[in-house]
Amino acid sequence: MSLFFIVALPFFGALLPGLMNAAGRAACAGVTFTVSLAAFIGLLTNLPSVLAGEVVMARVDWIPSLGLNFTLMLDGLGFFFALLILGIGLLIIAYARHYLSRDDNMGEFFTYLLLFQGAMVGIVLSDNVLLLLIFWELTSLSSFLLIGYWKHLPEGRQGARMALAVTGMGGLAMIGGMLILGQIAGSYDLSVILKNRDLIQADPLYVPALILILLGCFTKSAQFPFHFWLPHAMAAPTPVSAYLHSATMVKAGIFLMARMWPVLSGTPEWFTVVTTAGLATMVLGAVIALFKHDLKALLAFSTVSHLGLITMLLGTGTAFGAMAAMFHILNHATFKAALFMSAGIVDHEAHTRDIRRLGGLRRLMPVTFVIATLAALSMAGIPFLNGFLSKEMMLEEATHTVLFGVPWLVPALATFGSLFSAAYCFRLIGHVYLGPVRDDYPAKPHDPGSGLWLPPAILVVPVVAIGIAPFLAEPFVKLVTASVLGGEADVPKAYFKIWHGLVPALFLSVAAVVGGLLLMAVFNPLLRLWETTPRPEAKVIFEAIVEAAAWLSGKLIASLHNGAFTRYAAIGSVAIVAAGFHAWSTGTIALPTRTPQAAGPVPIAGWLMLVAATCGLVFLHRNRLLSLILIGIVGLMVSIGFVFFSAPDLAMTQFTVEVVTIILLLLALNFLPKRTPVESTVLRRVRDVGVAVAGGLATFALAYHYLLRDAVAPPISEFHLANSYKGGGGTNVVNVILVDFRGFDTYGEIIVLGIAALLIYALTETLLSGRVRARLLNRKPDQPQAGDMHPMMMVVLTRVIMPVVLMVGFYIFLRGHNEPGGGFIAGLIVSIAVVMQYMASGFAWASARLKYPYHGVIGAGVLIAGLTGIGSWFVSKPFLTSDFTYVRIPPFQEFELATAALFDLGVFLAVVGAVMLSLESFSRLARRENMPESEHPMDIDPSRDDPPPDEAGSAREAV
Amino acid sequence: MTHWIVAPVVLPALLAPFIVLAARYHIGIQRAFSVAGVLALIAIAAGLAWQVSAGTILLYQLGDWAAPFGIVLVGDRLSTLMVLLTSVLALFVLLYAIGSGWDDRGRHFHALFQFQLMGIMGAFLTGDLFNLFVFFEVLLIASYGLMIHAGGNARLRAGVQYVLFNLIGSTLFLFALGSIYAETGTLNMADLAQRAKLIGAEETAGIRVAAVLLLLVFAIKAATVPLHFWLPSSYAEAPAPVAALFAIMTKVGAYAIIRVYSMIFPPELEVTSGLHDVWLLPAALVSLAIGMAGVLAARKLDRLVAFSIIGSMGMVMVAIALFNPPGIAAALYYIVHSTLAGATLFLISDLVRTGRANLELLPQAPVAGTALTAGLFFTGAIAMAGLPPLSGFLGKLLVLEAAYGTDLVVWIWAVVLGSSLISILGFARAGSVLFWKAHSVEPQADGPALPRPAVLSYVAVGGLISLLAAHTVFAGQVHGYTTNIAAQLFAPEPYIATVLDTPGKLSKPKEEY
Repeated sequence: MSLFFIVALPFFGALLPGLMNAAGRAACAGVTFTVSLAAFIGLLTNLPSVLAGEVVMARVDWIPSLGLNFTLMLDGLGFFFALLILGIGLLIIAYARHYLSRDDNMGEFFTYLLLFQGAMVGIVLSDNVLLLLIFWELTSLSSFLLIGYWKHLPEGRQGARMALAVTGMGGLAMIGGMLILGQIAGSYDLSVILKNRDLIQADPLYVPALILILLGCFTKSAQFPFHFWLPHAMAAPTPVSAYLHSATMVKAGIFLMARMWPVLSGTPEWFTVVTTAGLATMVLGAVIALFKHDLKALLAFSTVSHLGLITMLLGTGTAFGAMAAMFHILNHATFKAALFMSAGIVDHEAHTRDIRRLGGLRRLMPVTFVIATLAALSMAGIPFLNGFLSKEMMLEEATHTVLFGVPWLVPALATFGSLFSAAYCFRLIGHVYLGPVRDDYPAKPHDPGSGLWLPPAILVVPVVAIGIAPFLAEPFVKLVTASVLGGEADVPKAYFKIWHGLVPALFLSVAAVVGGLLLMAVFNPLLRLWETTPRPEAKVIFEAIVEAAAWLSGKLIASLHNGAFTRYAAIGSVAIVAAGFHAWSTGTIALPTRTPQAAGPVPIAGWLMLVAATCGLVFLHRNRLLSLILIGIVGLMVSIGFVFFSAPDLAMTQFTVEVVTIILLLLALNFLPKRTPVESTVLRRVRDVGVAVAGGLATFALAYHYLLRDAVAPPISEFHLANSYKGGGGTNVVNVILVDFRGFDTYGEIIVLGIAALLIYALTETLLSGRVRARLLNRKPDQPQAGDMHPMMMVVLTRVIMPVVLMVGFYIFLRGHNEPGGGFIAGLIVSIAVVMQYMASGFAWASARLKYPYHGVIGAGVLIAGLTGIGSWFVSKPFLTSDFTYVRIPPFQEFELATAALFDLGVFLAVVGAVMLSLESFSRLARRENMPESEHPMDIDPSRDDPPPDEAGSAREAV
Repeated sequence: MTHWIVAPVVLPALLAPFIVLAARYHIGIQRAFSVAGVLALIAIAAGLAWQVSAGTILLYQLGDWAAPFGIVLVGDRLSTLMVLLTSVLALFVLLYAIGSGWDDRGRHFHALFQFQLMGIMGAFLTGDLFNLFVFFEVLLIASYGLMIHAGGNARLRAGVQYVLFNLIGSTLFLFALGSIYAETGTLNMADLAQRAKLIGAEETAGIRVAAVLLLLVFAIKAATVPLHFWLPSSYAEAPAPVAALFAIMTKVGAYAIIRVYSMIFPPELEVTSGLHDVWLLPAALVSLAIGMAGVLAARKLDRLVAFSIIGSMGMVMVAIALFNPPGIAAALYYIVHSTLAGATLFLISDLVRTGRANLELLPQAPVAGTALTAGLFFTGAIAMAGLPPLSGFLGKLLVLEAAYGTDLVVWIWAVVLGSSLISILGFARAGSVLFWKAHSVEPQADGPALPRPAVLSYVAVGGLISLLAAHTVFAGQVHGYTTNIAAQLFAPEPYIATVLDTPGKLSKPKEEY
């Protein structure tokens, strides 16, 4: 079967358990089993080629530009691991079917399990290191989901996060390492990288790459000092512990070290780091394991210890060490998975995993006892079981290994570790199964159905078989070793046999077993000693680090983002000024090319007024009405400035905009407090003054600089000046620019205006439907209100003036193309005319006489402008192309008709609509439901403070 | 003369006033027109992208005026890709807004939505800096409207900050435009590229300040630290579909930086060297770090997602700040990813909200549909944290590889990888509390039945996730295309020639002016 199918099957198969969940537990487990079995058989079909020494390849390009391709390869090493993953996977699925209770969501469990299986197979079959990284992280993720499977357990959640954090960190480090490796080798394909040993080891980046990759391996394979996550991962259901956290996933790091062995090993750095870490892990894990009372915790630390053993073997860098490592991986996978499953059985039946509450199970659970004992004895290194063989090979290798120049260090520590290893195995057998039967188990233990004991029993078969007949495993282990060595060294000739003669390893082995028995004899005093010794608790340290990181982030984020806009604006402004200043100070400045004009008394007077108004604003800004008036003055002075610079169009626009803005702001001010309260400290105001002054000075300097210099080439406005009449049909260049040269900008801007009005409307609408409405309605004016809401003088005046203003607007609109004016200004003028009606005669009166809703006016305006633009499509011209012609209708003079005028009409309507909609929205805030609206144009406010009854009555009669 | 290239701007610009004019009281009609419009946009955008995929430059002279005197729209690989991305994103966001009923919780949602699209499309297509300013205004005001859609105190307050900060940006934009016009006398991008080369070494301060100010404007839009302050609250408080659409808004800033600083002020331009090429990368790294620290620090899910947006924009800016073709290619790949992932997460956070009283990261009893939402969140978090198998991981690899061999490679790798870890921690905490710890809380027996998210909402989120999956599966093709885009950007001569040499009304090519 193609390698793609082997990897893909579990992934696609992961869809099935969830689907079959409703069909029952048997069906759910059945499909999962079938999927795994299919992948397993698919793997076996490749066995002949692997045995023949071929490397099976499969390749599909994915991201060739990155060098990340879907390249798979299957050699002896990959086959070995895939076999473990899929083979043990099958047993685990069968076991889990019976292990999970009815309350557990089996579909979810098997989905995650298959995802993990696919990712794990992916790791061992990848020929591309980046692809391998992807599968690598996927195993971390699926392990996260599986550890947290029992969501209600806090240990599960914490363990899952810890595992993800530690292995995720390693994975990230490995990204860096793999990228470096690929850059050195020129390819991310393993088959290429593995051939470039000399190139890679000579590169100055070899050590960083090695360390980064080892970080990934060590975290994944729980090597010291990253071992602490593995015991906490035991919160997962036992099938997961047996599968991921002992047999397969935690071996991924070891797999990768073996995979990379040809290029990475053999250097002093590799030897020192890997051997030390392995040795430390081995000893530490074994010692801690002995004193754990939780059966799974004991097994977890024993796993840590054995992973350390394998790592140490790989670290030696010798061919014999590699072979021993491979052999031990096989042996460990069998006996440890069996042990975990038997622990699960005990937990399942006795409802406790606490060794102190167990004992005497030998009689109650004979089948489980046999399985567990055989597996444990193998782990202890007792002859005729497979653990003995590989452990002796390890001790043999240890006697040849010299670390830090001390010849006895490695053998002594290895024996010490083995000693504790034997001890915890004996403790497991002795304290759980031997001894008297107790009567205080949480539940009455008995052997489970065959569904639970058969899978571990099957695993015990090779434990015994290899132990008695080592030659069975020899060819296969040598095949695997050959692919680890990758031709860099020869496979050792050593035979696998039980009796090697009286070699040092045998003495060490015997010493370990005997020492283990002795340790058990003095276990109780040792335990008391252990419990009184203070030890650093890895979980506490890890959580403290995470908490510290979270706390630091919290502090940093909270102190930066405290919600104060002034702070944001201050930081932003300072950054802008600083960046600008940096650019300025690193540039060169030539002499000005223009001479400043002399300033006459009028401009100086205007300038003084501008400055005075601005300064006044700064000092008087707490009085809001006053500051509004001062803003008005500033605006007017700017308008006058435009006049002075011969820009009447701009002046008119600015002027009308000022008027409308001030009116709208006055309306808004009506709902706000009259004064701005002091809300910031003096210090903060000083800061703000500093920032503002810096920004102002920078702006001034910049403007001054640019005004005295010419552009590098003649500006485009010269074209506009030259062609305004010829091409745009208008002599008012500003208007032609607005509606023709850059009509598209104007189109955008009227849309901005329209949106702004819609927004004010929508905002009012939401305000009025919320609690704010009640506040607005219950608002008490803090000053006495005017007696007459609609003064007669004003009413009369505005109504008389209305047609005149409309005529002016119309005139301004039409003359726009040639003289100062245009749709924008006309729109504002007409708006002012209508606003005056509202002010004088009241909202109800005015709106009752209005035929068109303002939304519609805005919409129509924007639509007309847009459709005018589209009109030019019909003559095959681009959007907004204008045309004009001269028409003469007697008795009038000849006049010009330009399509731009139609566009200008759109502008006009949008402006009128926008201003009026904003006004309407503001005034809605003040209106009450069923407010008595006088039909008459002039009336007296009935709700004013203290109406003299007589006068008020007579006034009403008079109306 | 084909007009397709202006259609992405004109279509929503006509649709929106039409909705205001004719259908403002009929949500059904609004929805129909809005969806139809977005579907048409996708078709148009796909057509445009196909047209330029071979390297053609599409030019559209508005009002028939030739550049630089009039305004031109230019379609090249980059701009059409962004237009296509926007329109596809818009479809799913719109479906979500309709499905969840967000569009009916205030007035004028669909009109503002269309105007927003118009602004974004225009910003991507225009070849004129001042016109870009206009479209920035359109999208700012429309986004403000969308942001405060449906009201509420917290939202209005955040909205004020949003609009104020962005008005600072607009003002700065005007300063920058004034400076650039004063220095060069033009605003057309292609013309600017020509004229920037004319500036001599004896007078560089002016153009340097102008270039920096302009970059800062775009950096505000792209939420680069220290100009990012407008983002966290406003995105967190905005209605979820709006925040999801905003995922493209930060990219407008990134787009503008790519465009302007590869064509007008390219890294090899002497007069503007030693500026953004020096400090943009550190700023981007800080953004990445701050964003992901915010993910870990967040106490509310919506804020968490908002900070992850800052972080992912930091990542985009890191890639851009390399200012080399591999960096830009990686940045563009990551931009597509980050847009989709950010939008997905915002929509998912709304799904979470549907079953809860609030988005505080505290356990609350699970409700119906939580398992599905949890799965979606897991997927979205994987995407955003840059874990395999989704495109975030590939994007990260691309960025890391592009950085290999640069001066700051150690810093870049350390921050990129370190911040990934921080974000993994943050997302894992949040997900664990929201979806796992929830199972240890007893559900209230007599509580009112909480509404379930609509099917259409799930369809929208699922659609975005399938886009992410497609972005992953076809990563080779997409990255190949973004590499082509980068190549086109770093060889802008055809672009410049097309824009400046095409005659228009009253002007011949290279006419003296």
